[in-house]
Amino acid sequence: MQVIITVIGTDKVGIVAAVTTRLAAQHINLLDVSQTIMQGAFTMMLLASLPDAADFIAVKADLQELGDSIDVEIRIARQEIFDAMHKL
Amino acid sequence: METQQIQETIQMIREENLDIRTITMGISLLDCVTGDMATTTEKVYAKIVRVAADLVPVANAIENEYGIPIVNKRIAVTPVAMLAGADPAPDFGLLAKALDDAAKAVDVDLIGGFTATVQNGCTKADWALMQAIPAVLAATDRVCASVNVGSTRSGLNMDAIKTMGEVVKQVAAIRAENAMKLVIFANAVEDNPFMAGAFWGVSEGDVAINTGVSGPGVVQRAIAGKPAASFGEICELIKQTAFKVSRMGQFVGKIAASRLNVPFNIVDLSLAPTPAAGDSVAEILETLGLSHVGTPGTTAALALLNDAVKKGGIMAAERVGGLSGAFIPVSEDANMIRPAQAGQITLEKLEAMTAVCSVGLDMVAVPGDTPATTISGMIADEAAIGMINNKTTAVRVIPVPGKGVGDSIEFGGLFGVAPIMPVNTGDASVFINRGGRIPAPIHSFKN
Repeated sequence: MQVIITVIGTDKVGIVAAVTTRLAAQHINLLDVSQTIMQGAFTMMLLASLPDAADFIAVKADLQELGDSIDVEIRIARQEIFDAMHKL
Repeated sequence: METQQIQETIQMIREENLDIRTITMGISLLDCVTGDMATTTEKVYAKIVRVAADLVPVANAIENEYGIPIVNKRIAVTPVAMLAGADPAPDFGLLAKALDDAAKAVDVDLIGGFTATVQNGCTKADWALMQAIPAVLAATDRVCASVNVGSTRSGLNMDAIKTMGEVVKQVAAIRAENAMKLVIFANAVEDNPFMAGAFWGVSEGDVAINTGVSGPGVVQRAIAGKPAASFGEICELIKQTAFKVSRMGQFVGKIAASRLNVPFNIVDLSLAPTPAAGDSVAEILETLGLSHVGTPGTTAALALLNDAVKKGGIMAAERVGGLSGAFIPVSEDANMIRPAQAGQITLEKLEAMTAVCSVGLDMVAVPGDTPATTISGMIADEAAIGMINNKTTAVRVIPVPGKGVGDSIEFGGLFGVAPIMPVNTGDASVFINRGGRIPAPIHSFKN
């Protein structure tokens, strides 16, 4: 399952490291990464592949817990929804 | 990875209140009809809990996986008046209780279809159902009732309109809030997923999924970003936005139907407000350049909005249905509540607005001493607008006992606050009491 993970929050040292370390621990493979500062906010988007055996809800909860601990908002959603809105 | 598009989608959901307003499962109950109501009731309960068992879990899973809120999960059933079968004295209270119990068992928010369609005339069962509405809405929590009293093809059933004026008063006399669960229609549609007026028409299939999208905040933000745009540019912008919003309804509906193993029916392309900040249809009209809703120009602005939403949404979905347009419920829209409190919008202006948008006088509180014949007059006026203009119109008014102009009623949550609006004090009783029907208009004879 391909997912889009977005990380938004105040820029500080170590956000990319913390997020990618947690993803690696969950055996989530990164396919594409984009990171920028938008209107002063740290904004990172990751296209990732969840292993077939992964429990989506558990992964989501884990990432949200990480987001709370480093004070950024982490969202994860299946990738198809973005295509549905923007691609014909 | 299209980061800009991902960002846009997330912003719509996160900041602009884009959501799937409802996933509504339509369930035909025609195969539950027997000769007596007690047996029919058992079959009705059994069928609903069987076919809708997974509706809420599936909707919750989709919400979780795709990150788009699905605000309501609902069921619409065959108009209940048709389930009387051969029972000479159908107990609709018993059936309504079964609907309520079934809705609770499968944990849907509301169940619609305590309905009679009487635009041509009333059967004994239709009369019995209409008379049962006050007690049913008092005794149940999740059942919604509707009555279709007119259509372009059939004209207006003025006897039913007279009765429904009285029924509205009786419903509100027991508890004003119960009147929120009753809609009186003209040209009601058979696949509407929105409450309180949803029912599952007899021409529909056995079971199917319908979705209703909403995103007034998304449209408002898009327009606000172009303060100097001409009408042509504004319409284009609304169309593009409505397209994107409607794609969400199509996408989610398709997935839900596939997981539930039932057909996907329609997307209802509506802009439905809530009292939350940034989730207002009236605010769109203000952003178009009106100081407040009710200002001259309001009807034109709403017409523009309603049409552009349809044009944008229609290509986004395989099948479009339901009401599809902008909703203007007074109590559910913060930017409608304020001008109503300030006396800047009147019932008459709301009535004009209903001629160009998808519904009618919706969530309007009026003084408790408003005569039943006056409410019937309001229903007749709305039905006439629908009949002549080939569109759905509806009345959901709440005569609040013991309250008058200057007071308000708090419904809570998504239903908001309704200031009591002044009603013209003229007398419609002689007109309403004439009895009979107003014939269908000349342009209905198309064969």
